[in-house]
Amino acid sequence: MHAHDPAGGDAGPGPQAAVGPQESPGVQPGASALPQGAKTVLGAAEIRRALTRIAHEILERTDGAADVVLLGIPTGGVPLAYRLADRLSQAEHGLVPAGSLDVTMYRDDLRLRPARTLGHTDVPPEGIDGRVVVLVDDVLYSGRTVRAALDALVDLGRPRAVQLAVLVDRGHRELPIRADYVGKNLPTSQRELVRVLLEETDGQDAVLLSENGSGA
Amino acid sequence: MNRHLISAADLSRDDALLILDTAEELAQMADRPIRKLPTLRGRTVVNLFYEDSTRTRISFEAAAKRLSADVINFSAKGSSVAKGESLKDTALTLEAMGADAVVIRHSASGAPHRLAGWVRGSVVNAGDGAHEHPTQALLDAFTMRRRLGRLEGLRVAIVGDVLHSRVARSNVRLLRTLGAEVMLVAPPTLLPVAVGGWPCEVSYDLDAALPKADVVMMLRVQQERMNAAYFPTVREYSRRYGLDSRRMALLPEHAIVMHPGPMNRGVEIAADVADSVRSTIVEQVSNGVSVRMAVLYLLLGGSEAQR
Repeated sequence: MHAHDPAGGDAGPGPQAAVGPQESPGVQPGASALPQGAKTVLGAAEIRRALTRIAHEILERTDGAADVVLLGIPTGGVPLAYRLADRLSQAEHGLVPAGSLDVTMYRDDLRLRPARTLGHTDVPPEGIDGRVVVLVDDVLYSGRTVRAALDALVDLGRPRAVQLAVLVDRGHRELPIRADYVGKNLPTSQRELVRVLLEETDGQDAVLLSENGSGA
Repeated sequence: MNRHLISAADLSRDDALLILDTAEELAQMADRPIRKLPTLRGRTVVNLFYEDSTRTRISFEAAAKRLSADVINFSAKGSSVAKGESLKDTALTLEAMGADAVVIRHSASGAPHRLAGWVRGSVVNAGDGAHEHPTQALLDAFTMRRRLGRLEGLRVAIVGDVLHSRVARSNVRLLRTLGAEVMLVAPPTLLPVAVGGWPCEVSYDLDAALPKADVVMMLRVQQERMNAAYFPTVREYSRRYGLDSRRMALLPEHAIVMHPGPMNRGVEIAADVADSVRSTIVEQVSNGVSVRMAVLYLLLGGSEAQR
């Protein structure tokens, strides 16, 4: 589950971030039951089709994905990165490496909340030097998570190019950042809450839109 | 997590596991080309060392620097402490300089606790007298978990000068919290009077304890704190409580040998045991940096409001 509340950055803490009673309001760690009044904007089939389309766009834009590395941003981006890697590997030649990139230590809002639990960083053994890194996240919102990811990448190596793939772009950017591959553009108000449920972590695939009940 | 880290007993099971898991992620950084994170940029960490230390001070300094904090090192020698300044006055000076965290080592048990009442920042105990050394216990637990894959149910023998050892005290408390079973092995003169109330077993016989141990942790004989005769001769101590290769052969196949350092080679541990593949002594030092990074991040990385 990846909850996106308008109060902070664009990545709410995942279930593993439930560290204490100070958990920020509006985020229900581990709650996989549908919130009241939530509207399903993408179902499992639509998510599947969107990922397949993104995979083909990556193949076109990178000449067959020969030196592509997919890095998912925890928590929601990681399963999506592996799914895209599967599709790329099937569609074209050999394996396309995938991994995860935790950006917690690079965030600009660390001092606004209690210390967050770190996610897992797992860079494929091929490394990222000279390669095309495609960052993968579930929701693009303020753009601050992506900014942090760009800083984190610089400390890991020097990719030839960096691109961004997101399942949902909900607008309201606060930084000059855009996605190269978008599953669905979703016009939202800042009061609304977008949640992406994924099979790997929540047992089902869905993108939900609801009014934010937290009053934040 | 509390605002300070003064005793291993302050840590709940969840706190301790959060520190170990965070350290696990941070340990990966050691293999990267750039070993620095921007997380604590603009924060100040003061290392306040009233007692000699090599690895702990350097370890805290490296940890703070890898998180981009500014580090001020203060040792009692060559400072106004030599002119008779009290701990409280030193604390107020640090406060005026805006220290976000103070890492303190002091020969008096309880000094970090007193300090915590005088400064606004977080206080981290880096060893106080014969009381506690919580980050050492955390790095020991981290090393055990990395080598043996678990802590729950692990049998740990802590051997030697328990009486003067803050490492032993912190380890007994933390390992208990994390579900390991601890046995202290020492001559009766080197056990604290109140050891009966500690959550662990006690034995005087090292040879009997070794075959059941997953981990054997040798403690340094702290001669600088011994103002009385605790054992007849060093040679006799070494014969009964030193770990040599004959005794190491009594350990189960998978067991590891730990030592918090600095070692007295030939007293509590033989040189060939200290350098064997089962010994984690060098690993403990590099793990120390990861664990201290985790502690500093969790104490200083979040909002002021919750601190």
